[in-house]
Amino acid sequence: MSGRFFGRRLPRNEDASLLTGAAQFIDDIDLPGLLHVAFVRSDYAHARLNNVDLSRARRRPGVVAAYAAADLGDYWQHGPLLVGPPPIDGLIFHERTQVPLVRDKVLYAGEPIALVVADSRYLAEDALMDIAIELDPLPAVVDLEAALRGEPAIVHEDLGSNLAAHCVQTKGDYGAACESADLVIRRRFDYDRGAAAAIENRGVVASWDARARKMMIWDTTQAPIPVRNGLARWLGLAEREVDVVAPFIGGAFGPKIMMFYPEEVLIPWISMQLGRPVKWIEDRSENFYATTQERAQIHEAEMALATDGRILGIRDEFLHDTGAYDPYGLTIPINSQCTLLGCYDVPNYHSEFRVVFTNRPIVTPVRGAGRQHGVFVMERLLDIAAGELGIDRVEIRRLNYLGPDDFPHHHGLVYQDFSSLTYDSGNYEPALDRAVELIGYREFEGDERPPPRQSGRRVGVGVVSYVEGTGIGPYEGARVSVEPSGKVHVATGVGTQGQGHYTSLAQIVADQVGVDVADISVVTGDTREFNWGTGTFASRGAVVAGNACHAAAELVRAKILRLASELLEAPEEHLLLGGSEVRVDGDPERRITLADLAVASNPLRGAVAPGTEPGLEATAYFGPSRGTTASGVHAMRVEVDPETFDVDIVDYVVVHDCGRVINPMILDGQIQGGVAQGIGNAFYEHLVVDDNGQLLNASFMDYLLPTATDVPRVRIDHIETPATDTPLGVKGAGEAGCIPTAAAFAQAVEDALGIDGLEIREIPLSPNRLFELVRDARGGES
Amino acid sequence: MDVRLRVNGCEVTGVVEPRLLLSDFIRVDLRLTGTHVGCEHGVCGACTVLVDGAPVRSCLMFAVQADGLDISTVEALAPAGTEELHPLQVAFRETHALQCGFCTPGFLMTLLPFVERNAQPSEDDIRAALSGNLCRCTGYQHIVDAVALAARRMHADDGESEG
Repeated sequence: MSGRFFGRRLPRNEDASLLTGAAQFIDDIDLPGLLHVAFVRSDYAHARLNNVDLSRARRRPGVVAAYAAADLGDYWQHGPLLVGPPPIDGLIFHERTQVPLVRDKVLYAGEPIALVVADSRYLAEDALMDIAIELDPLPAVVDLEAALRGEPAIVHEDLGSNLAAHCVQTKGDYGAACESADLVIRRRFDYDRGAAAAIENRGVVASWDARARKMMIWDTTQAPIPVRNGLARWLGLAEREVDVVAPFIGGAFGPKIMMFYPEEVLIPWISMQLGRPVKWIEDRSENFYATTQERAQIHEAEMALATDGRILGIRDEFLHDTGAYDPYGLTIPINSQCTLLGCYDVPNYHSEFRVVFTNRPIVTPVRGAGRQHGVFVMERLLDIAAGELGIDRVEIRRLNYLGPDDFPHHHGLVYQDFSSLTYDSGNYEPALDRAVELIGYREFEGDERPPPRQSGRRVGVGVVSYVEGTGIGPYEGARVSVEPSGKVHVATGVGTQGQGHYTSLAQIVADQVGVDVADISVVTGDTREFNWGTGTFASRGAVVAGNACHAAAELVRAKILRLASELLEAPEEHLLLGGSEVRVDGDPERRITLADLAVASNPLRGAVAPGTEPGLEATAYFGPSRGTTASGVHAMRVEVDPETFDVDIVDYVVVHDCGRVINPMILDGQIQGGVAQGIGNAFYEHLVVDDNGQLLNASFMDYLLPTATDVPRVRIDHIETPATDTPLGVKGAGEAGCIPTAAAFAQAVEDALGIDGLEIREIPLSPNRLFELVRDARGGES
Repeated sequence: MDVRLRVNGCEVTGVVEPRLLLSDFIRVDLRLTGTHVGCEHGVCGACTVLVDGAPVRSCLMFAVQADGLDISTVEALAPAGTEELHPLQVAFRETHALQCGFCTPGFLMTLLPFVERNAQPSEDDIRAALSGNLCRCTGYQHIVDAVALAARRMHADDGESEG
């Protein structure tokens, strides 16, 4: 599939506007008469709401309106269930979705209770102090295990328990495998929450034009079309009366999906009430509460092995924290459950999870979306098994890998897209060999391992592998048009938050329609341009929207050649398309530009043949029957200070297989950036709450994002095993960088410290937490 | 209160509340929206502008404090009235040093004095120079590469003594 543009390291079409400050982000939108909104949010994580008094706020000069739940009337509704429960036998799922403003009971700290609309954001925030709120605090549900016992309270009292869901998936017979095993290891693994922390916070601007009956919404969303459809219904408008535009978005990483956040639902409604444009921009402090988060889970996992290191079976029971509501269904725990199997041949598997309601902000996918947990549990179990059996860490992985002839591999579990979990293609051993070589793993074997540095810092290495289910359905579409200027326009329904779609999708189209990438404009995330689609998530943009662009471009190519053949009076097979023109092979005088063809395709007079469609334009859709599985190996070399437990990552290698690569430069950026997020998750980023559900580090002073001195250069190499079920052969890559990072980090740090009894079975870590783990391993002495 | 300052080479006057942040003055009053606000507490660096030539977080300064000072924002970086980009912007594009681009203006304004001063910065120097700015997309490496590339090109004509 490689062509002139596909597969090339091209600079991006969108960069000039971003580099000059011209690109329009949500907070850059200004409209005449614009009003500004500020929210008052609960200080308590769990409390009964007795009264809200807005009278003083409404009297403050500059305030236009103030609203609490009671003012919303019929507009107050629970949000939609975004992903329903998958078809799994015996599944229990209790749907409890978020509300626009608290009416009776606060379920998490930061839940919005009321809002003020004013002439400026400064005035709106002033007026928040005028609002009197009466709350009776209740004990907060924070601990997952206590929550399941109904302690200290019940989040959704009508349910009678804090169980949100229960799901069991199995393959083979784990019990029998366990009985025949030579070794069974059983461990507990803890993962805790972090924030997506896009540098741009969320925002919504809405403008209702009553005369034109048009609601215009700008929204920091990854999925403008579902937001348009949902809000139209909510507002009582036709879909054609509502447009949603996602402008340039300053990073998303999952939480900017079609959430129907309270602010998303309320700002357009306020614009209709007041007949004026309205803006709300989240501030950083709000972002720590009001934007969805991930990833607390507790796993009790068991691996049964033969003495030679072969995995006979795995049993895993885990708790998943969904926070106060569960609008995103079971996507995250299903991802954890399915991704745990990794690159390995696991004949017997029993996986069971319980989803738990807590008094914490809502949990929905954040880059990786539960895959991290599965990989962490599996890779750590393999490390522990290797230690117990005296097998090399790399070799235990190799001997359990699925072989190159084992594809397609049917696991038989139900995946997040409700299809049967199937790996379409893969080839794991070459990636492992390459990573082992690049990181210099052999230096760490036997007695020859590197001695501590002169500074006393201990040296260690970690090597782990992973798979990533990518490119899931249901579908995306694209419209490709040749404009009368000869330039090409592509419209798709997905959103873009920095992934480079303006360039990578153009590269796909350029090869078909014979124009330079710089002459192709791509629009994403604008319902005025494209009416059908779902959005950008699950590493699916390049796969699903990419193949849709390819299909539409093929149709346009056929139209170009058909018309050119007519006008140049030459058979299509003698025509050459490229350089924005069509030429007759061997006859340089007979040529026509795409611009002239585009004009000719839209005649103003005369007759056309029956069935003729005007324009050089086509729309096509792509809907894969199932996703495509990417894979890779991460290897990391660390130095650990045995006194301070400062960890320095001195080398990082990723050997990645995402099938055919559209733009290697953009792919490298995705991987390097993903690894940085994985490093943050492993060692820096931890949302710390107390027993009252109060977040203790809600600022960038206290919640640490990795900086340029914490993230090393990632050395990246690729193996190319094309996707088998899609024309382009591409697999997704957006999340791969951050999925196995914590597992590699834990293994490398453990290896560096070399302390008997030290097993790192939790994430996130910190120097302080490492100190405690080492102290515990040494029996209380550090 | 009255303020009078220079912004991107132009004399600017305004009447502002004492509490108005410089970042809001630049973005809302002057409509120079290339300066972005990511945290409003001086950590992320997205709002960095040059004040009398030095990088400053415009969310940590009031507009009234800028009275009489000379401010440069990202809009002034590329040569005016042309399609050209500044060598630092060119290097960012060539090395893919931006993804979503939201933090990018802050990085550019932080790094501009650094690349102007340093002909051959080491990788460690570059990392230290940009360690006060947060980027969530790139993992920083390509930004480091961009700075090295821009420094090399901007100082290509410097005297032998620096080479």
